[in-house]
Amino acid sequence: MSLHSLQTLAYDVERIRQDFPILAMRPYGKPLAYLDNAATTQKPRCVLDAMTHYYTHLHSNVHRGVHFLSEHATAAYEHARDVVASFIGARRREEIIFTRGTTESINLVAASWGGAFLRPEDEILLTVFEHHSNIVPWQLVAQRTGARLQVVPLEPDGSFFVERALEAITERTRIVAIAHVSNVLGIVVPVAPIIEHAHRVGAVVLLDGAQSIAHVNVDVTELDCDFYAFSSHKVYGPTGIGVLYGKAELLERMPPYHGGGDMIRRVTFERTTYNDLPYKFEAGTPPIAEAVGLARALEYVDSIGRDAIAAWEERLIAACIEQLEQIDGVQILGPKRGRAAVVSFSVEGVHPHDIATFLDREGIAIRAGHHCAQPLMDFFGIPASSRISVAMYSTEEEIERASTALRKCITLFRP
Amino acid sequence: MELSDELRQLYQEVILDHHRAPRNYGNLESYTHQAEGYNPLCGDQIELFLRVNDAGIIEDARFTGQGCAISRASASLMTEALKGKSIEEAHTIFERFHHAVTSDPTAPIDADMLGKLVVLLGVREFPTRVKCATLPWHTLEQALAGGGTTTTE
Ligand SMILES: Cc1ncc(COP(=O)(O)O)c(C=O)c1O
Repeated sequence: MSLHSLQTLAYDVERIRQDFPILAMRPYGKPLAYLDNAATTQKPRCVLDAMTHYYTHLHSNVHRGVHFLSEHATAAYEHARDVVASFIGARRREEIIFTRGTTESINLVAASWGGAFLRPEDEILLTVFEHHSNIVPWQLVAQRTGARLQVVPLEPDGSFFVERALEAITERTRIVAIAHVSNVLGIVVPVAPIIEHAHRVGAVVLLDGAQSIAHVNVDVTELDCDFYAFSSHKVYGPTGIGVLYGKAELLERMPPYHGGGDMIRRVTFERTTYNDLPYKFEAGTPPIAEAVGLARALEYVDSIGRDAIAAWEERLIAACIEQLEQIDGVQILGPKRGRAAVVSFSVEGVHPHDIATFLDREGIAIRAGHHCAQPLMDFFGIPASSRISVAMYSTEEEIERASTALRKCITLFRP
Repeated sequence: MELSDELRQLYQEVILDHHRAPRNYGNLESYTHQAEGYNPLCGDQIELFLRVNDAGIIEDARFTGQGCAISRASASLMTEALKGKSIEEAHTIFERFHHAVTSDPTAPIDADMLGKLVVLLGVREFPTRVKCATLPWHTLEQALAGGGTTTTE
């Protein structure tokens, strides 16, 4: 038996489900099948408890007081930074900047790095499957600096050829900003050759890790990416906090993004000197309880085991694709292999919103819409699609319920 | 798997019929009024054409576009209801329909006044879907107000 199947055999999904109180919900009296994990993941009890414990015993402002609580709050917040650094393999703790989420992390890089270093005619390289939050910040900075967006296409069948990305990297490319995992297609982008090639022409690489953090074993040092952005809420942590990892030598050279308390060393009306990393980029009171919750979530993920989770999810996605393929009129978007946790599809003659409403009344939560990737919907020539996305607590039974309900739904709309 | 009562109400046979075979679907060659409606949340999009004669009567109404069953059926039923009506009457139908469809699900329905449009009121049990039913109607108001693009979210 392969290591892979041994791993999934030992995987006790029922025990894991016990850790997530919300999974006991019964929408419309039906058991909840939460299959919208790419939008956001649910929280294990230990995360909720860690945040309650923080507010009950430790809360104060950080880096400011000399009193008992402030010291404890600061320690808890800075410990969270260490946990994040170790989770993603950052060499130094000051390379971890807490933000509000992936969106703010990308905006930070676009505004600060882009604003300082982009020149007219410089190229910013994206792919056609980027989330709006990895498109619009670049458009904004392109308008300010005169830089230009370049877009790596997909093949007509929706598959991604890394060669297309390599071809698109030119002497003018200054930054490659790409999703590590597509939130629509689930493609795990083979980023290693892209990063290597980009570095060869002197460009930097930002990975949008919103969809990879919970599903792929990420090591930023090994990947050698320059920036990596993710959101806590997509990896079982609370909303309201995210992370920007950046190489220290880049972060040092970048101007501050937001001004305010905590990010300064000395302020006079004539001149302000800035604090060291990472505080230079953390203006104002940070999301302290959220950092504590995020750290606990990452520890929880590691207690289950990232490889075991990935193997489990891979099995679910394979089952999902297999079942969807058997349904007449269902078209799966993108390649069948090499994907993580996400399957999007369209159904001939049935609109995604009708599908989602139908499944919702069966207690099954899936996503319908453009998934904040309108350029990708345009590429496929569809206004919207339906998406099933799994997490560590998802089950094959839930996938089966979804595909059974989908069959029923199609019969209703297309007898 | 049995359909819940709410789903049965939402997707009544009349709605499914208008979804599968929408009435008045297509472009209108010579129109006097036109507008586009767009719901950025779901990407639904509709283009509405009206031909109003000198007496102010809507002689023809047609629509094209992509949308869910609810918005398609709503557009189909709306264009049926509009034909032969004056612009004033069209505004009145809009008001009545809009009021009814955004009312509380338990509020009584004046079925006589709404006619065939009552089948769309199942959407009241589905707050996230009300916009689907109203998109064609906001597009109608836009067309009567002189055209352009209307957006609902
Ligand atoms: C690929 C990708 N990038 C960015 C984001 C934005 O994340 P957030 O809304 O948490 O900032 C998402 C979330 O939907 C995503 O899937």
